[in-house]
Amino acid sequence: MPTSPETLKEARRLRDLFAAKGAQVIKADVLQPADTLLDLYGEDIRARAYLTSDPLRGEMVLRPDFTVPVVQMHMQTHADPARYTYAGKVFRKQETDETRANEYVQVGYEVFDGQNPAAADAEVFAAIAEGLAGLPVRAATGDIGVLMAAVRGLRTTDARKAALLRHIWRPVRFRALMKRFGSGKVTPAREALLAADDPFAQAGPDIGLRSRNEVADRIAALRADAAADPIAAEEIALIDAILGLRETAPNVLSALRDIAVDMPAIGDAVAGMDARLDAMADKGVDVGSLEFEGSYGRTSLEYYDGFVFGFYAKDRPEQPPVATGGRYDALTAHLGQGRAVPAVGGVIRPDLALGLR
Amino acid sequence: MLKLGVPSKGRLMEKTFDWFGARGIGLRKSGSDREYAGAVDGIDGVELVLLSAGEIPRELAAGNIHLGVTGSDLVREKLANWDMRVAELAPMGFGGADLIIAVPQAWVDVTTLDDLDAAAAAFRRTHGFRLRIATKYHRLVRDFLRDQGVADYQLVDSQGATEGTVKNETAEAIADITSTGETLRANGLKILDDGLIHASQATLFRGRRHNWTDAQRAKLKALQMVLGV
Repeated sequence: MPTSPETLKEARRLRDLFAAKGAQVIKADVLQPADTLLDLYGEDIRARAYLTSDPLRGEMVLRPDFTVPVVQMHMQTHADPARYTYAGKVFRKQETDETRANEYVQVGYEVFDGQNPAAADAEVFAAIAEGLAGLPVRAATGDIGVLMAAVRGLRTTDARKAALLRHIWRPVRFRALMKRFGSGKVTPAREALLAADDPFAQAGPDIGLRSRNEVADRIAALRADAAADPIAAEEIALIDAILGLRETAPNVLSALRDIAVDMPAIGDAVAGMDARLDAMADKGVDVGSLEFEGSYGRTSLEYYDGFVFGFYAKDRPEQPPVATGGRYDALTAHLGQGRAVPAVGGVIRPDLALGLR
Repeated sequence: MLKLGVPSKGRLMEKTFDWFGARGIGLRKSGSDREYAGAVDGIDGVELVLLSAGEIPRELAAGNIHLGVTGSDLVREKLANWDMRVAELAPMGFGGADLIIAVPQAWVDVTTLDDLDAAAAAFRRTHGFRLRIATKYHRLVRDFLRDQGVADYQLVDSQGATEGTVKNETAEAIADITSTGETLRANGLKILDDGLIHASQATLFRGRRHNWTDAQRAKLKALQMVLGV
């Protein structure tokens, strides 16, 4: 559907608002190389974005967001700190709800600043909130960094921590792994395999690229895992407690401080959250009534690894969020080939914002 | 007139004719054996349309046919939101086949999706690309693996002889239809314990009725009475 003149006008207003905060106005190609996104998201991106092929350039994608091209652009400039804004269409397949738009305008504000992450988080949140000022929206927030710190702090093997961190964004598998690592049990068939003198006695023909050495390596890893102590029930309960948090931000902060007594590893992340709430209050955000959910941002936004937020229409729970954002430090490390720049950003959908006026 | 789409050849067509015949409705090819024209006995106002089983989901969703017989796997694979676009009238009890995930028997460390996911992570680290799963059922497999939280895989398209892709080193695992598992075993593959994606069988579907005439709605009711579905 063509973008309405009102939406374009609102998009310009928001972009000008962000530019007035010192953000450089940038543009990005509509057609992007698909390899970076495929590398980041795997098959899931095919269900969410329009992929097509170019005879010379290979697989291309209609940009599903601006974040990746903005990060790539920034990593070539070496500017620090830097602020960017953009307004343009993004394209998303809608496989389940045909009433949802599959192309719409996003206006974004992205901050690359490693000096003070708490202040940068607050700056982006406040800028987005200012863009939506006067609209009937509520904000939801979370912090993936707290959960990641909790996993890193578990008293268990590095292999288990790595497996859990890999699935932070896939709650089903994360839960299954927690259960298995906490049970200390293996199935009888698995036990027999690990005890076997020659695990390959019953193996079929060696076919395919995954070699016998790779299978043997995994059996060694499984033996090591079977010999490790199960993750303590108290520690699993602490992770569950973090995931179950759903309260105003100050109440969550005090609950997290209690949890940090038993799990000192989350201390830095909790202090970071405290600093962020102070910085948000300084920016005029009403933190006392701000909602915080321990598991917010774990689905669908795979590159966020710290502060996450979304703004939702109060009376239209079925609508997609009017604005979303978060911190994506790991993405910059991934795309920067070793060079990481702490980054946080957010986007507003002007069409949805206008619908609420 | 109510158009009934039926697979145009092979056992699926014969079994469909038998199924309707046992319920008092005669379906047959008219004219020569090579022609795709059909005739219906035992009820008026129903037209037989013979077409490829793979095209029946699309034609049903488009409203070009009103009823159709095809595999329940094909409807789920080819139609996004299939249950909002067509409705199941009756499972027909034949054409049974399971869409499953299979890996080499030599992978003695992999018997579940949990193992597959762990193997995929290690495979990607070692080989520098995601573990490849060959299939023609992209939507069903992707949705299944996403729901199950399996990562670090990629789907590669295989429209036939999928069981051979592992031996040919164009894939590490497969997701395909099997009825007895014989071909899998012959190709050195085994099914994951929790690798059943969908148990498929031939099914009678109807399309969305929003633009049907009253006569067509009445005809469907009459047909359902005769068929007892």
